Amino acid sequence: MAHTVQPSPGDHEYTTTGLSHRKLLMWVFLSSDCLFFGALIATYMVYRGQSLNGPYPVDIISVPITTISTFVLLMSSFGMVQALSATVRNDQKAIQMWLLVTAALGAVFIGFQVYEFNAFKNEGLTLGVNLFGATFFTLTGFHGAHVTVGIIWLLGLYIAARKGRIGPATSLDVELMGLYWHFVDIVWIVIFTLLYLIGGFDAGPTVLPGGSG
Amino acid sequence: MAAITAVIPRPTSYAGIWGWLTTVDHKRIGVLYGMTALTLMLVAGIEAGVIRMQLATPDSGIIGGDRFNQMFTMHATVMVFMVIMPLSASFFNFVIPLAIGARDVAFPRLNALSYWLFLFGALLFHVSFLVDEVPDAGWFSYANLTEKPFSVNRGLDFWSLSLLVLGTSSVAAALNFVVTIINLRAPGMSLMRMPVFVWMTLITSILLVLAFPVITVGLIELTMDRNFGTNFFIPSAGGDPILWQHLFWVFGHPEVYILILPAMGIVSEVLPTFSKKPLFGYPFVVFSGIVLGMMGWAVWSHHMFTVGLGPITNSVFTITTMLIAVPTGVKIFNWIGTLWGGSIDLKTPMLFALGFIALFIIGGLSGVSHAVSPSDFQQQDTYYIVAHLHYVLFGGSIFGLFAGIYYWFPKITGRMVNETWGKINFWLLFIGMNVTFFPMHMLGMNGMPRRIYTYAEEFGWGDMNMIASLGYIVIFLGMLAFVVAMLKSLRGERAGHDPWDAPGLEWSISSPPPAYNFAEIPQVDGLDQYWIVKARAKAAGQGDVPAEAPVDPSTIHMPSPSYWPIWIAAGTTLIAGGIVSHFALSFVGGIFAVIGIIGWSNEPPAAPDPHHGSQH
Repeated sequence: MAHTVQPSPGDHEYTTTGLSHRKLLMWVFLSSDCLFFGALIATYMVYRGQSLNGPYPVDIISVPITTISTFVLLMSSFGMVQALSATVRNDQKAIQMWLLVTAALGAVFIGFQVYEFNAFKNEGLTLGVNLFGATFFTLTGFHGAHVTVGIIWLLGLYIAARKGRIGPATSLDVELMGLYWHFVDIVWIVIFTLLYLIGGFDAGPTVLPGGSG
Repeated sequence: MAAITAVIPRPTSYAGIWGWLTTVDHKRIGVLYGMTALTLMLVAGIEAGVIRMQLATPDSGIIGGDRFNQMFTMHATVMVFMVIMPLSASFFNFVIPLAIGARDVAFPRLNALSYWLFLFGALLFHVSFLVDEVPDAGWFSYANLTEKPFSVNRGLDFWSLSLLVLGTSSVAAALNFVVTIINLRAPGMSLMRMPVFVWMTLITSILLVLAFPVITVGLIELTMDRNFGTNFFIPSAGGDPILWQHLFWVFGHPEVYILILPAMGIVSEVLPTFSKKPLFGYPFVVFSGIVLGMMGWAVWSHHMFTVGLGPITNSVFTITTMLIAVPTGVKIFNWIGTLWGGSIDLKTPMLFALGFIALFIIGGLSGVSHAVSPSDFQQQDTYYIVAHLHYVLFGGSIFGLFAGIYYWFPKITGRMVNETWGKINFWLLFIGMNVTFFPMHMLGMNGMPRRIYTYAEEFGWGDMNMIASLGYIVIFLGMLAFVVAMLKSLRGERAGHDPWDAPGLEWSISSPPPAYNFAEIPQVDGLDQYWIVKARAKAAGQGDVPAEAPVDPSTIHMPSPSYWPIWIAAGTTLIAGGIVSHFALSFVGGIFAVIGIIGWSNEPPAAPDPHHGSQH
């Protein structure tokens, strides 16, 4: 019977599927996160065109600017792939560089988001002003929080890489980071499509809400 | 920071209070879950007593309407999220690794974190009593009653924030059990050789992983409405209270199966053992469980028939709800088939399992009666619903879980159950449960709405309410009998490793099991593995199979205890607590949690080994 000994404390020597526990955990967690973003996106879609007063998306959404930040975030996934590839090759310099590049691109994306939030606030869009503000900031805010967690995680890996702890033996650490990072990117593609490309040109209330005001 | 946390060695002591605070042993965590849940059950049971006292007579003024609202809200929320779910989690923890032939769960520290989050979440919830700002909007807390203008004090904040903490705990635990069951089965234990309880745990865990994020979003939106000025559920700003109902019940109906599937799994273990024959139609029981898990997502709007979603929606959900009775019926027929022709041994766990079947059938049938949406218009928000949900949750979940307590008690403690007190416990609960909840069917049909704190004498609801309240006394005595049974059993005769001649792997090791569970990971050749082993021994004329011989524990590497799970759980709960009190507290909690996470990831893999010197 093949027993492989894994060094980390949580792991036992035997797994039924041959997959590592941590990889399986990450996939199951991402399925959970799908439902989390699904519910937030559903809230946005249900309330699309339901805001009683402005600012409406058409007044403030800038598709060109966010297209740039979207491009930056998608390119960060390329950096992530390179980092994993370098880890498998045990190219220490490249590991450090690509981890840092990925984190930096993520940080640029967050910078765009901070700029955008600030600009929207100056134009009168707040959490409480209308449903668009509430749903927009909540959904993109939680996505931004995910990206931020990813950046911190990447920097943690970078520190480990500087100490020479990242290599083929620990490539799973980078692979899990990659799963999370790509997932957060894919969620952004959905958000960008729905909130900017489709919903970004919405003007005033399309359907008057039922019930008493 | 990393340099600081990395030099903190892992705790070495397994003894005393520190041993429990830092434990990562799934058996100890299971016991912690169970003891905490049973304590909270006492609290929520007393709240139920206050409710029944108030309703026993018409025009009663023992407590006012406000206090009454608090009582039913606390009773229901605690029973659902802090009694039935953690009691199920207690069995997941104690039994699952033993039943699949593993030495622990896949992530022992994450498991400890789940428990501490649950405990602290429950404590945060009950702080509301200390400051007398108690949640009072019912367990599904419909918007927009829950919004600031209508629920002025912080009660609903305690409700939503502690449920967020408890949800984190549940998801963390469920992730752990999905991975454990998929990845840590003993060699040879294919999916269709897993005990039914393991199957039901897997399905429950998947439901938890997928359902809790939805309520999490609802709770976040509610918290933001109340604290950060958003208008998600406020109609005057265009918000739609119905969205809350959808978010709640999209979670809430899978939650119903989260509550009942573990009990179904336990009963599927108990019935074959005490009928001395294998479960009838194992694949049908498994697949009907899978179907329940999937169809549980397609019935949520039957909680909302009277909202006005329209005839087409109501018809669709009527059909799906009637269909979901089919897999439940399949299970019940399989259980009856298991009993058929068996040599039935009416020990206490078996009595509870049989009680489960009887009461769950009644609850299931009343459930089908309000699956029909026109009929439901008559029953919605009446005591008929209260009767139904108590038959499935008390008669179903709690009876199933009690069957589990009595069934695995010898394995957990190494002592036999006191049968006399166990049977007194069963009969008092069984009689009390029916006396309390059966009259509620009639009350509901006579039009008594749920959640009213008193009623006029002319309605004629007095007699039935008095009977129900007397029934509560019988239930209360039953629970006292449970305490006596447990205390007497703890000093009872010693149990062998296999007192019930049971089929599961957990019975092949000594009672209570050693810290490492299995000295040698078993090889599984079929369903009901331990029966196979015993039958082979008998055929070879070897007589009884002894428990696996103990080995020197130091030869088996087990995960060391850790300080960080309780630390991170405390930090996380402080973040939530800060939103109800002062944001500075959230900040402190956040720092705590971050330090904890850094410590967690830098923790050395094992405690310093006295034989070989410190590794770090």
